[in-house]
Amino acid sequence: MTLAGLLFMLLSVGAVTTLFVWCLVKVLTGKKNPDHLAHVEPIEAKDIDRR
Amino acid sequence: MTTKQPDGWSSKLGVIMAVAGSAVGLGNFLRFPGLVADKETGGGAFLIAYFISLLVVGLPICWVEWTLGRFGGTQGYNSSPGIFHAIIRKPWGKYVGLLGFIIPVGVYFYYVVIESWCLGYAWHSFTGGLDLGKDPAAYAGFFGTFTGQTADGAILGFTGPFLFFVGVFILNFVIIYRGLSKGIEFICNWGMPLLIIIALALLVRVMTLGTPDPTKPELSVWNGLGYMWDPRDIAKGLSNPAVWLKAASQIFFTLSVGFGVIITYASYLKKKDDVVLSGLTATAANEFCEVGLGGLITVPAAFAFLGASAVAGGTFALGFNVLPQVFAGMPYGHLFGGLFFTLLFIAAITSSLSMLQPGIAFLEEGLGLDRRGSVALLGLITAVGCTLVMWFSADLKALKTVDFWIGDIGIFLQGTILIYVFNLSFGTERGWTEAHHGADLRIPKVFKFVIRWLSPAFLTIVFGLFVLKNVAGWNLSFGAPVFTPTEPILDLVGGPGHLANGVARLTAFGLLVFAGFTALMIRRAGQRWGAR
Repeated sequence: MTLAGLLFMLLSVGAVTTLFVWCLVKVLTGKKNPDHLAHVEPIEAKDIDRR
Repeated sequence: MTTKQPDGWSSKLGVIMAVAGSAVGLGNFLRFPGLVADKETGGGAFLIAYFISLLVVGLPICWVEWTLGRFGGTQGYNSSPGIFHAIIRKPWGKYVGLLGFIIPVGVYFYYVVIESWCLGYAWHSFTGGLDLGKDPAAYAGFFGTFTGQTADGAILGFTGPFLFFVGVFILNFVIIYRGLSKGIEFICNWGMPLLIIIALALLVRVMTLGTPDPTKPELSVWNGLGYMWDPRDIAKGLSNPAVWLKAASQIFFTLSVGFGVIITYASYLKKKDDVVLSGLTATAANEFCEVGLGGLITVPAAFAFLGASAVAGGTFALGFNVLPQVFAGMPYGHLFGGLFFTLLFIAAITSSLSMLQPGIAFLEEGLGLDRRGSVALLGLITAVGCTLVMWFSADLKALKTVDFWIGDIGIFLQGTILIYVFNLSFGTERGWTEAHHGADLRIPKVFKFVIRWLSPAFLTIVFGLFVLKNVAGWNLSFGAPVFTPTEPILDLVGGPGHLANGVARLTAFGLLVFAGFTALMIRRAGQRWGAR
């Protein structure tokens, strides 16, 4: 592999990895939406017992 | 009397995982590396075009789809026809969403078949059934037999491949029946981290392969990485329309934009739920899996064991012919081979599940079916489609026909429609404001210009090029243009030295019937929605 190839690889892989980690940290440490109901399941009332 | 509660995600991370799971598929680990490594249209020029396409088309349309989906959800709609009905507010508006049902369900017809190949290959790898020695023909023969390419109807019946297919088909519907949070979200929350862990384990194995055969020092992982990542002539590459076409197509397909999936997934969000950071994170997750993992595993490994010629065979050849041969040649190869195909299976099932949800959403809100009814009807529709693909397995003709008309042309068309609907019917300013409701991140202002002008123009040009190349058979040369109709076209209408293919014609007719049936269902749905 040439130096240019190594640079292309490191830049490409580094950029997407950094972006992914940054996004993940931002999501996991971001504000919580107080209106967000946890675990709302879509069910017909008649199906509740069955499921 | 029944009271229907809205379907929903249980967490922000859950919907991100689900969208990322939908996007991460076989293409990340098999198609992308092959495109980068391509001697004619790969290299640095491809990567530059790829990242530009990501910024100009992929990310903007992703945000558009998330935004329109969440808006549709607040209006009480979860399917593409319903969401377009709510946005366009014209009698024909709901038909604009036709492709949002046809594409995911149509792609499912063959995608679940490929998914069953991955599971079958994982099983055969773990149990040693793929240790076929050093003869490449043995691996090609195994693949041909396993997928029924030898003759139509070869694998229907009490055969291993068919049983794998039935198992995978049923598994998909069991999961989808459990609903969004207990089904799709649960699988993606476990599946995506597991996929990344397996990929990292494989990456470590590949990077430590060194020079597998000391008598051939040129065949090493280092040279394999060079074969893939060395930039070559960038200026020449960037002036080649084929490079841009391949890069933009890959971005389009890998992010699942225009698929009808993101719009449906986002419709289950609430009005104040973020779409900007979520869309960016799902996109970043896909790119990490594609560039950061897929780009470092398959091609370098194949090169180190078999050389450059092994890499240039297309997605199926790389995945199902070359790599089993590579794994057979390394210590504990059955274990690593099994892990690799398990990885592909996880990537595939998180994608195939996402193809069913738009259909479920439409059947429930359009025809008023409950979950059991919608699962049963969608199961019937997809069973018919999958049977067609499974039966006409010789040369995978039915699979390739559906892939071309639905998986290629349809997705491009739907993506183009999406961006125009966003700008013209919804309004760019209104859409920009809508996107930022509850946003955890502001989109840089330059993207308003990109979404308004660059994305539609870029997409229209690329879609035009795509049709000219893949339908009209243009050689992409301005100096000496030649138009030679491509195989999918010749299969339908015939041509000099190429008889029309009966299976391709039947498959295309089947797709037309499917489209007509869908249009009738949308008409029926429109009557229900009009009565609201």
